[in-house]
Amino acid sequence: MGKRVLVIEDEPNIIEALSFILSRDGWTVHTHSDGVNANERIRATPPDLVILDVMLPGKSGFDILRDLRADPEMQALPVLMLTARGQTRDRELAEKLGVNRFITKPFSNAEVIENVRALVTG
Amino acid sequence: MVSFNLLVAVALAYVAFLFIIAFVAERQAERGKGKWLRSSVVYTLSLSIYCTAWTFYGAVGYAARSGLEFITIYLGPTIVMIGWWWVLRKLVRIGRSQRITSIADLISSRFGKSTELGVIVTLIAVVAATPYIALQLQSVTLSTAVFANSSGQNWGAPELASAALWVAVGLTLFTVIFGTRNLDANERHNGIVMAIAVEAVVKLFALVAVGVFVVWGVAGGIGPTLDLIDASKIAEWSPPGGRWFGLIFLSGAAFLCLPRMFQVLVVENDDESRLSTASWAFPLYLMVMSLFVVPIAVVGLDLLPEGSNPDLFVLTVPLAEGRSGLAILSFLGGFSSATSMVIVATIALSTMVSNHIVVPIWLSSRAGGAMMSGDVRYAVLMARRLSIGGVLLLGYIYYRLSGGGEALAAIGLISFTGVVQILPSMIGGLYWRGATRWGAAAGLITGFAIWAWTLFLPSFGADEVIPQIVLDQGPFGWGWLRPQALFGFAGLDPVIHAVLWSMLLNSAAFVIGSVLTFPLPLERLQGAQFVDVFEHSTGTRSWTHGGAEAEDLLVMAQRILGSTEAQDIFQREARGQGKEGYLPDVTPKFVEDLERELAGSVGAATAHAMVGQLVQGASVSVEDLIAVADETAQIMEYSSRLEAKSAEQERTARQLQEANEKLTALSIQKDAFLGQISHELRTPMTSIRSFSDILREGGAPDAMQARHAGIIHDEAVRLTRLLDDLLDLNVLENGQGTLSRQEGHLRDVIDRAIAASVVGDSAIKIQRKRAEEAIALDTDLDRLTQVFINLIANAQKYCTAAEPVLRIVVRKAGGRMAVDFIDNGDGIAKEHQEMIFEKFSRLSDHRKAGGAGLGLAICREIMIRLGGSISYLPGQGGAAFRVILP
Repeated sequence: MGKRVLVIEDEPNIIEALSFILSRDGWTVHTHSDGVNANERIRATPPDLVILDVMLPGKSGFDILRDLRADPEMQALPVLMLTARGQTRDRELAEKLGVNRFITKPFSNAEVIENVRALVTG
Repeated sequence: MVSFNLLVAVALAYVAFLFIIAFVAERQAERGKGKWLRSSVVYTLSLSIYCTAWTFYGAVGYAARSGLEFITIYLGPTIVMIGWWWVLRKLVRIGRSQRITSIADLISSRFGKSTELGVIVTLIAVVAATPYIALQLQSVTLSTAVFANSSGQNWGAPELASAALWVAVGLTLFTVIFGTRNLDANERHNGIVMAIAVEAVVKLFALVAVGVFVVWGVAGGIGPTLDLIDASKIAEWSPPGGRWFGLIFLSGAAFLCLPRMFQVLVVENDDESRLSTASWAFPLYLMVMSLFVVPIAVVGLDLLPEGSNPDLFVLTVPLAEGRSGLAILSFLGGFSSATSMVIVATIALSTMVSNHIVVPIWLSSRAGGAMMSGDVRYAVLMARRLSIGGVLLLGYIYYRLSGGGEALAAIGLISFTGVVQILPSMIGGLYWRGATRWGAAAGLITGFAIWAWTLFLPSFGADEVIPQIVLDQGPFGWGWLRPQALFGFAGLDPVIHAVLWSMLLNSAAFVIGSVLTFPLPLERLQGAQFVDVFEHSTGTRSWTHGGAEAEDLLVMAQRILGSTEAQDIFQREARGQGKEGYLPDVTPKFVEDLERELAGSVGAATAHAMVGQLVQGASVSVEDLIAVADETAQIMEYSSRLEAKSAEQERTARQLQEANEKLTALSIQKDAFLGQISHELRTPMTSIRSFSDILREGGAPDAMQARHAGIIHDEAVRLTRLLDDLLDLNVLENGQGTLSRQEGHLRDVIDRAIAASVVGDSAIKIQRKRAEEAIALDTDLDRLTQVFINLIANAQKYCTAAEPVLRIVVRKAGGRMAVDFIDNGDGIAKEHQEMIFEKFSRLSDHRKAGGAGLGLAICREIMIRLGGSISYLPGQGGAAFRVILP
């Protein structure tokens, strides 16, 4: 069984694309498409890596990340953030909140694979 | 010889005359006819309360004792008036924009509405002004006594005292009647201003008349007068030294700080352009006032027996020459000088005492009790009236205690020195943002204490308050604290000594205190309002470069004024520009008009900041927003403490809070709009890019590849639709594109809309009464159809009922034809009803909706263009929209 990645994203087509390319790369992909319960989901079965969208219904990716990092056990969990707003302010905020990698949509598949491999080695 | 009774009769007639003047002026102002009451001439004349009895009688005495030095008392104000552009203009602008009611209010406001500073300034002003008011009472009684004695009565102390009491009572009555008629925060006293303007003319005329008589009637012309001057010791010209500069500074500073001067200069002034006239007219007035001072002094010294009081030469010279008519005129001039000063000073001081001391105490003693606004009005009015009585009573008591022996000029200078202690805080507050309330309090208290120790207390005379031994050797034998030789600087003139030390240490304490402490947020806010008043307040400034879109301004105006009113303003402007049905051009004039409309709702400063943000494209940073939120919180905290105090304050606080919320929401919204567009465009592009990558890499089964190609196709369609909507909206918002008007029938339009939107297996049932739809239209039918299609499609997408039904009802609403689209779903929550017409305001999960949230925004723009409107109809069971037909 490959490493587990949790994709938190609300666009079904993007979820499908990410699932496809990550599975093909050997990952076990779990998905979650709602902002509100995202943290509970992560804590229930902590994955090896989280891919987190910024604009989610109910709760923003930034808030999810902030809550996540407030939990001492979750401070080391690698998080890759995706945003479609493409503003430098978003990137700065994400870095301040403790993101590991940050990708602006639209992304190339190679870019995603390269980043997730860098985050979870071995 | 003048009969004493005649004098009393003339004086009473003169007072009656003033009552009539004040009364008529009040009536004129109430009927709105009082424009002339507020002219530059009246304004300039009202400034003449600077010239009190001290000037009228005392200047001659001053000249007789100290030569030309009396001129310094006129030079200070002259310099201040000529330099009006730098200080006075700022004061007047702040006074108007902050609705300042007194100099105590000014200082308190500047330093974060500090109650304590208001009390300190009020106390300084009252203590410093009391001797001055006593001086006026003294001059009226002394001049009356001159007549009494010359008509054979022999006035002693008891008669003088009772005369002073009557004068004080009369002045209290006049001031209460005309000074507390209304309570408007920046109230203007039309009657009193008019009366003192008349008194200004009387005193100038009287002094000039005596002067002319002295030069041509007594001395025998200009030549002999000059000879007389040359022969007297006044001509012994000593070059202006430090004392001159000290006195010029003192009088100029006092001109700004005296409560009564602040009252006429700032509080009673509602048009700063009057300053430019007064800047030359008032110095001219002062020049004429001083023209005959020296001749009267030398002639008096020459004519009257040795030992005559030179302070009364203006009166005694005509009397000695048997000119009783002239003497009575001169008496009226002195009487005018004294009364006008006392009246205005009393109003100014009573406003301060009641607003900063009596009312706060009264309010806190009633904390918790329910308060009606009428209740407060009555209490404040009573507080003012009692304060007026109190201030005059203090003056009378000081007059009785001091025994009235001082030379007039000496008392005046003591008062001046006391009141200029306010100067460092005032000037610092106007020009230095870093000034804090602790600095101001430290400076005021230090200066006041030094003044009291070095000048005020010793002025009662040795052993009265301060024992002789302390004067000679300092308290406890500490020589460096000797009142008239502080830190060992002996030999200076007492007044200059006190001015020097009090100003020096006052300013130092102010600066050090300000540097060491940190201003509260409210102080910072007020500091910026004061220091940069010309950027914040509405004056003559205008918007020069218009970078704003009419649409942005409209959005903002709608948020503040409400949709209907904002639309009205824009349509009116568009009509004026000949662009009916379109958005108006953003001209500087339009922006100014709009700003004024907004200012009526949210206040001038906020309106200016909001308009400025749009017009000048100033972007708002996160830090700014945080600062605004910070300060809003502070203001709210402050407001909530005041909330219990009065309904009026509560309303103001709420407006301020709302304005701040609106400002914050607006800035966030503008940022959010760009973020939204970016998000809406990038999301479909992400899927397209990712799946096209997958397809290019190949290797997947055919069925999978077909599925991925399908997704790419759908997302491309979504992207195209979004771009179409955005372009359509842009065209509509900018008023581009032409409307193609056609004649047609409502029924056909609805038919077409239903045909276009209800496709395939749509479950929604549409109920309509075709008979009611026989209405002729003359508009762009395609655009109207587009609106209807949007509404029907929305009902299909969002109606949550098990058996969805959409009713289309035609009815008359407010004199116009309306078409209502009402479904039987859950409707739209109240908190969302306002925002559904905004761009990207999508309430539900948007993939289900399949749009970008621009549909209703487009509908709204179309209806605006067509000259109709669209709105949400609350309370109809389901979601309901009303389209008012053009």
